[in-house]
Amino acid sequence: MKPLLHSEAFVRIAAPLGVGIALFVLWEVGFRLAAVPVYLFPKPSDIFTSFVNNGPSLFRALLVTLRVTLQAFAAAVIIGTLVAFMFVQSRAIEISLFPYAVLLQVTPVVAIAPLVIILVKNTQLSLTICATLVALFPIISNTTLGLRSVDPGLANYFRMNRASRLKTLVKLRIPGALPYFFGGLRISSGLALIGAVVAEFVAGTGGRSSGLAYEILDAGFTLDIPRMFAALFLITLTGVVLFAAMVVLSRLALSNWHESEIRTET
Amino acid sequence: MVTGGERPPAVEVLSAEKVFSNGTRGLAPINLSIADGEFLTLIGPSGCGKSTLLKLIANLIEPSDGRLLWWRGDFSQVGQEGRRFAFVFQEPTLMPWARVEANVRLPLELSNIAKTKAAPRVAEALEQVGLSAFSKHFPRQLSGGMKMRVSIARALVTKPNLLLMDEPFGALDEFTRNKLDADLIRLWWEGKLTTVFVTHSIYEAVFLSTRIIVMAANPGRIFRTMTIDEPQPRGEGFRDSPKFAAYCRELSTWLAEASLPSASAGVS
Repeated sequence: MKPLLHSEAFVRIAAPLGVGIALFVLWEVGFRLAAVPVYLFPKPSDIFTSFVNNGPSLFRALLVTLRVTLQAFAAAVIIGTLVAFMFVQSRAIEISLFPYAVLLQVTPVVAIAPLVIILVKNTQLSLTICATLVALFPIISNTTLGLRSVDPGLANYFRMNRASRLKTLVKLRIPGALPYFFGGLRISSGLALIGAVVAEFVAGTGGRSSGLAYEILDAGFTLDIPRMFAALFLITLTGVVLFAAMVVLSRLALSNWHESEIRTET
Repeated sequence: MVTGGERPPAVEVLSAEKVFSNGTRGLAPINLSIADGEFLTLIGPSGCGKSTLLKLIANLIEPSDGRLLWWRGDFSQVGQEGRRFAFVFQEPTLMPWARVEANVRLPLELSNIAKTKAAPRVAEALEQVGLSAFSKHFPRQLSGGMKMRVSIARALVTKPNLLLMDEPFGALDEFTRNKLDADLIRLWWEGKLTTVFVTHSIYEAVFLSTRIIVMAANPGRIFRTMTIDEPQPRGEGFRDSPKFAAYCRELSTWLAEASLPSASAGVS
């Protein structure tokens, strides 16, 4: 049998995991020896205890944040893809609208969030709108790029065979755009989470939220630093899971043909 | 000129010329009649307009002056039964996300032929190029020569009457090229396909063609015409014959002359 250390898959998981465990052990032991007070910087064991004690409320908060994130992500994918389709249909539409897409992208969400939260009465909806605004741009720009990046030889072939606009879109442009689209999904999924958390912070300062960001704020007010860390870990974990899900999705869709997902056997 | 018997010529180029938008004269007025069932090869130094002429024939570009006739009619009638053409590019231009069979089926799909009706034709085309066993493969799993075969199968599946090929085997190694040449000549003979073929290879031109047109540049024009008088279908034996060598030598001399800056339009 092949020694485990020579297996690429094992090393890929074991190496970063080893680093993580080492860091946690160092953290725990070092902070114990130095007797750092919990209200300044908690040890992993304090955070774990907090996880156990605040489990239900943290989990509820996670669900709230996750709901906003996923709704925003879905909205961004749908709107972004539709906008991209519009852009490639007509140069005039793209020229007239693209600057506004950029405008949305460069305006920090923290700056618009208060406005959105005031304007939209429903907190959940206002948070989703903020997160969507953040997550939208990568989908628009990547999908537009993908739909435009058609192999010129194939485009020629379709034209020569008098393919209709619709057939060219379905048979050529959309499949060709998929690798770009999935690239956009990866970025956008992370941004949706960031957008949701930032919007929750803004809403949370007004006392109108209950997501993980609110947990962090609330823990800060009560100097419950381990709970703050626990909420932070949950946010990070959510981001990692979302990213991993996008990687899997992209692999499922592209592994048969696209260079980025083909695993070489050498 | 080869006469096509009672059947009308597949393509007639009538004083067609091409001046590009930047003012370059790509082709001087050209007169050419391509007989039904002919294997015509265009050869010449780079910039002689052989690809331009092929694109004119494929109606991918329009002549600046003069006109072309396809089966004695204009291009609007092309595509009807008995008046179909297919184009094979320099690159295989396959859809990387589609399996071999889906790639071959593409032209049928684009003309709205049902999948069930297309299936036997796809199978037949793959059979013709010897790739039946690879119908479920993806293009990236195939070698360069095999990809080109898929591209040819995609052309054959439409049952074309006229096959236009723009240096299809240029990127392949010589061994693969010879093999594909032998396959192509068989397909041409069996399918009674009129073929217009662009190449840089003298050997390929002599081996395949019934007629070779040597072109010269500045502006692109027909320099000389050579008829290869060798019975069909030709086998590998032809390559080793003294006749083959003689044709190649003569064609090589002509090409050298056509490449000289002073080359003037010769008489065929």
